[in-house]
Amino acid sequence: METASTIADVQAAVRTRMRVRATGGGTKPALSNGANLSLSGLSGIVQYDPSEYTFTALAGTPVAEVVEQLARHGQYLPFDPPWAEDGATLGGTVAAGLSGSGRYRYGGVRDFLLGVRLVDGQGDLIRGGGNVVKNVAGFDLPKLMVGSLGRYGIIVEVSFKVFPAPEATATIMAEAPRLDTAIALIDRLALCPLDLMCLDLEPPGKLWVRVGGIGDALHARLARLTSMLESEATIATFTDDEEIWRKASHFHWARDCSHLVKLPLVPTDVPRLEARIARWDGEVKRHYSVGGNVVHLGWTDGAITETLQETLRTAGRSALALRGKWPTPILGPPLENSLSDRLLQALDAEGKFERVELADSAT
Amino acid sequence: MSTAALLSDLAKVFPAERLLTSAAQTLPYESDGLTAFRGQPVGIVLPTTQDEVVEAVRLCHRHRVPFMARGSGTSLSGGSVPVPGGLVIALNKMNRILRYDPLQRVAVVEPGVINLRVSEHVAADGLYYAPDPSSGPVCTIGGNVAFNSGGVHCLKYGMTANHVLGLKCVLPDGKVVTLGGDSLETVGPDLGGIFSGSEGLFGIALEITLRLLPKPEVYRTFLAAYDSLSAAGDAVSMVVASGLLPGAMEIMDRLAIDAAEAAVNAGYPADAKAVFLVELEGPREEVAAEEPRLMKVLDDSGATEIRVAQDDAERLVFWKGRKSAFSAVGRLSPDFIVQDGVVPRSRLGEALGEIERLSERFDIRVANVFHAGDGNLHPLIMYDGRVDGALEKAEQLAGEILRMCIRMGGSITGEHGVGLEKRAYLSEMYEARDTKCMFAIRDAIDPKNLANRGKMLPDGEAPALASHGAHPLEKEGIISRE
Repeated sequence: METASTIADVQAAVRTRMRVRATGGGTKPALSNGANLSLSGLSGIVQYDPSEYTFTALAGTPVAEVVEQLARHGQYLPFDPPWAEDGATLGGTVAAGLSGSGRYRYGGVRDFLLGVRLVDGQGDLIRGGGNVVKNVAGFDLPKLMVGSLGRYGIIVEVSFKVFPAPEATATIMAEAPRLDTAIALIDRLALCPLDLMCLDLEPPGKLWVRVGGIGDALHARLARLTSMLESEATIATFTDDEEIWRKASHFHWARDCSHLVKLPLVPTDVPRLEARIARWDGEVKRHYSVGGNVVHLGWTDGAITETLQETLRTAGRSALALRGKWPTPILGPPLENSLSDRLLQALDAEGKFERVELADSAT
Repeated sequence: MSTAALLSDLAKVFPAERLLTSAAQTLPYESDGLTAFRGQPVGIVLPTTQDEVVEAVRLCHRHRVPFMARGSGTSLSGGSVPVPGGLVIALNKMNRILRYDPLQRVAVVEPGVINLRVSEHVAADGLYYAPDPSSGPVCTIGGNVAFNSGGVHCLKYGMTANHVLGLKCVLPDGKVVTLGGDSLETVGPDLGGIFSGSEGLFGIALEITLRLLPKPEVYRTFLAAYDSLSAAGDAVSMVVASGLLPGAMEIMDRLAIDAAEAAVNAGYPADAKAVFLVELEGPREEVAAEEPRLMKVLDDSGATEIRVAQDDAERLVFWKGRKSAFSAVGRLSPDFIVQDGVVPRSRLGEALGEIERLSERFDIRVANVFHAGDGNLHPLIMYDGRVDGALEKAEQLAGEILRMCIRMGGSITGEHGVGLEKRAYLSEMYEARDTKCMFAIRDAIDPKNLANRGKMLPDGEAPALASHGAHPLEKEGIISRE
């Protein structure tokens, strides 16, 4: 694999090769199978002025490096980008379209990305968006890059907005006896104005609820949350909660799983999916996040693979492979492609990115 | 291109009362919130169903006639000025809320639904739709999506695109596609994200899935007065540096205050050179803890007076002055242009100084009202359209302000869109290869260049600049430019 350390290297690779597939930290192996260009050398924060609450960095910059810089100035990326400590890069996070539990409050990677520079299929360097927090001039190329898996171009630089980090955080673990009770509590919490940062569910009934803000106010907010939940769940409160969410953003619960997929859904799908999974052969670990808007499924038994594909077809929902070997990274019914084909024609007419074998066959 | 054949085919689909072709019928559709431009369409159709919209687009494609979707026509960039000789597809009758699920916190709406109606519809469950352009009482969600509209809460909550989960759209050749979905999370490229803000060049949204949020429990609104505009600008930086994240931060200069006072008598400090409005919002305990911190920051910032709204009524009075400022400026001048440039927040003071110098150099009065938290300026450039050359001179000043924003590393538009007005500046903000890429995207999506031709991208014929006074609704104080 060739390593690019400048934008010119990426342009040269695109111009001289028949096909180019980039990878960053390799933390989503199902997405970097077949990669032939590493961007891990294309790294570094290009601009960061804490008073602007924005930064610009090269695509191969490790998320962890940015998180650390931001923390020094009391700032953070509120969408909890996953696998930071395992080497996930900014570009990979955007291309995979991945956000963590914290996206519940203020939005995901798509909502914080302000600008990109990308190398298109002709090797041209294109800028979209900007590096100010508000800008609607021209087509929103940054959003197109989110979840694009490198299909339209190689992202070489990204600009983000960031927020002031909460002064203090705390987490309530509320364990309900059954799934339906837990879902009812999620519904109740989703409508309450308590400004939750995270709302995760470990089935069948364990809810993880995070709040953050001024330290003096936190105790009263926790008390209110507790009173909302305690009649139906057993409550434990953690005022030192960094480790809980660090584990969540590194998918600690799935550390032994050979396969891991992300499946967006809506809260009302949760009971149906849980009932289906209960009938599957083999153990599937699940972790629901963002108030029941996404579940990650992890397992080691290959037999699950076919069953999952069938479930996705029935439910009409698509999933993203993160770990394991798959024929394509996007699983389930085909995604809309009329608009995306036309965009490909504009950005990659020669098919330098499209032609790439996205993954090996399923195992 | 055959407009006669198009009209004849449209007549088979639309009854006469929903296919308007006489000059008297098309006149009200000839302009939008940017009154300096007009375009005469060949006709207007008023579809009531998605199928009718799709059919109208297909017929335009077949006959190679340009078309433009229109909501309430409140665009401030000329985005909804008809393509001359094209068809206007007016979506006002497509105003149903198709689905509302409070537990899932989504609403699926047709494009003609009025922005504010969404929040009203869901209010009983304690929810609201966050994007709040000041034309909210009249503008439509379809138009908001096309121009990725903003409002006063963008720093914390983002723009329209940040609240659109899914879209069903008709592309310029009549092909119908579904983008995104109903979940907060997605897989695959964010196609709904690039459709939003494409200024009608990608086609027309038929159905929009909106994300709803729990309404903040309490609001605490502060009004601080300063003896200079730059002191108010510095206060913004101090608030941001303190780690607080207010829901809104707005500044008005003396000229804007005078106008607002004359119009609505909000009781703003009589001798202040600038007022700074800051609003905290959130859970009551959190806001109560933030309040003394904000008070200290404002104290330290050299404010000459600080008021805190004691109740909802006073809060609304604070906001009334701000919300009415634009239409109020109409009292100071027969005509004005609203600019929408963005500068990095830390250069706000510098930018305001530069605008003042430009105002002196051109001898044109400029009032300033802006979204300070976002660095989004809204200079109001006043002129008298009856005076020969006055509009051209005002446009020239507006152009200088845009160039300043570009030089400072900002943007030519924060929330109004490029539209007709700023097309010439897009290629100053971006490199040639960037705009070439935008053209390539437009050509791939719409090879015949039919969908809202002449907007955003600097090519194609465009209606001529001409002075026509304020928008009729604006004169009545129903809409305002923000």
